[in-house]
Amino acid sequence: MKLIYMDNNATSCIAPQVFEAMKPFLRDEYGNPSSMHNFGGKIRKYVDKAREEVADLLGANDPQEIIFTSCGTESDNTAIISTLRSYPEKKHIITTKVEHPAVLNLCKYLEKTGYRVTYLEVDNEGMLDLNELRMAIDHDTAIVSIMYANNETGVIFPVEEIAEIARVREVIFHTDAVQAVGKIPFKLTELPIDILALSGHKLHASKGIGALYVRKGTKFSPFIIGGHQEDSRRGGTENVASIVGLGEACRLARESTEKESVRVKKMRDKLEKGILKKIPDVKINGHTERRLPNTSNISFEFIEGESILLMLDEKGIAVSSGSACTSGSLSPSHVLRAMGVPFTYVQGSIRFSLSRYNTEEEVDQIIKELPPIVERLRKISPFGMQETPKK
Amino acid sequence: MWDYSEKVKDFFKNPRNVGEIENADGLGDVGNIVCGDALRLTLRIDKKTDKILDAKFKTFGCASAIASSSALTEIIKGMTVDEASGVKNKDIADFLGGLPEEKMHCSVMGMEALEKAIEDYRGVKVSGKTAEKEKVVCKCFSVTDAKIIRAIRENNLKTVDEVTNYTKAGGGCGKCKPEIQKLLDEFWKKQKTKDVKLETRRKKKLTNLQRISLIQDTIDREIRPKLRADNGDIEIVDIDRNRVYVRLLGTCLGCPSTEITLKNLVESKLREFVESDIEVEEVK
Repeated sequence: MKLIYMDNNATSCIAPQVFEAMKPFLRDEYGNPSSMHNFGGKIRKYVDKAREEVADLLGANDPQEIIFTSCGTESDNTAIISTLRSYPEKKHIITTKVEHPAVLNLCKYLEKTGYRVTYLEVDNEGMLDLNELRMAIDHDTAIVSIMYANNETGVIFPVEEIAEIARVREVIFHTDAVQAVGKIPFKLTELPIDILALSGHKLHASKGIGALYVRKGTKFSPFIIGGHQEDSRRGGTENVASIVGLGEACRLARESTEKESVRVKKMRDKLEKGILKKIPDVKINGHTERRLPNTSNISFEFIEGESILLMLDEKGIAVSSGSACTSGSLSPSHVLRAMGVPFTYVQGSIRFSLSRYNTEEEVDQIIKELPPIVERLRKISPFGMQETPKK
Repeated sequence: MWDYSEKVKDFFKNPRNVGEIENADGLGDVGNIVCGDALRLTLRIDKKTDKILDAKFKTFGCASAIASSSALTEIIKGMTVDEASGVKNKDIADFLGGLPEEKMHCSVMGMEALEKAIEDYRGVKVSGKTAEKEKVVCKCFSVTDAKIIRAIRENNLKTVDEVTNYTKAGGGCGKCKPEIQKLLDEFWKKQKTKDVKLETRRKKKLTNLQRISLIQDTIDREIRPKLRADNGDIEIVDIDRNRVYVRLLGTCLGCPSTEITLKNLVESKLREFVESDIEVEEVK
């Protein structure tokens, strides 16, 4: 059975070119770029090249604005902690209710240590009310941290407007762009974002590598304190192989995103259309236009997500769910709940997230396999349009 | 990814006895959509012999909920009602070759549905003592004030969001949220007056010996069973006047909610049953 992988917002395959680019640094070229000898020192230029590639993809002015980290979470944590340390007199953070735990749980933690946090609401389509943001900023606000695109629904926030609001009010704006980078093209030269976080394994690089963009002139205080690596902004010997891999992944993304995102969107739309046509009582979660081209969050009423997920798994189809059973806690997706999606729908939510490595045949296969699964589970379910047995 | 046994996987993929018996002799409905599982169990019972001739289920839930429900029907078919009333959730889990710890509630749901179906068959009124007085607060999920108050009391709920998590109330359109807040306010106000009364009743001082023995009793009776239910445990390290030094064991070790366990369970129970100024400290 061939695997159909449609969980790319969770993680993505390493692109073949990325793997090839990494290989020498996992075997022969193991030198430390900080070394004085040539064997190590020559590695430096590969790290620098990767930095340029990341900067190029983001449309950053200067490669020095890129700091390599270990993952998206470290990047997000660094952005927020660094800013709070740089503005010690300010004690207010603005974020949203639908952030990734990398931001959300850090904010909850900071709340306990004396910070005030405003969690902006979203509407039924997962969109923000920017007036709410304008009202929330005050003289005490240190940072606005709002994601670029949501990992569960794919909803894209208007970061350009948000960045402008923050700039005018002289507040640092950080965006968790882990889901956006490599999926939609954008240029930081045109977006006044101060700090941006990204993660390698979401764009076909390896796990264990992330990056942080810090605009020149933005106050910075390191989160991981150690050696002089990354211009003394992030201690720890460079993860050279993964950095080189991330560089290659960014190069591939820069070359392909514009074109591939159109193709991916076409497949995603076909998938949605097929499902909506064949299965009743289905709902698409999130703004259907302002959305990542690869993500589809669909709810199937009356049935539970884990059951759907495992039945699809049986067929070799890998997806994820926002149901309580799969979240590892008792409550289902905080994102869908913040959007006011009724519980009857939240529990039955499935996220399909595609990549440029998916094919139309795979989409057709899912459209074929899914309806009987939903029908079977609905037959087992006590909810829905079933009659109450008479006594 | 859950570590399901082969039997769980089999009963999920090929569930036995799916459906609903028309004009069932016993009907049990439990669970709700918030926790992600619900079960309707229907029984056909031979009234002369009290034998369960057939059992069918319909389940909303994850793989282990479906497997547990199906396993339950297989277990009880052919049993007499008396025999079936002795079936516990552990029997269901054992039948399936075990369930992941986090999924044990699926087997509990099976047991509850069975209890309700048997009560229904025997004509025992389930829990309708104040049914006519109850008022529906959340219209989206038809949750009554009685259910909300019970959830507040049993789970020590303090906020509307918590009530929503436990009962679904307020999880739909959200219009009833102010009413839920009112119920919370009223409940905790009453509770406060109760606490004050309890306080005055407990004014008499305990001797050291009395205090130590009472603390041990309370831990054995009120606290340890709850921790053991989650494969945890507790031991008393020392008692110094009102300070109780304890060590959490088993799954409690490294549990992220240790702090909550200590405050909301251990300390609050000791304050309730021993003395109101007890302080609990964890020894690691």
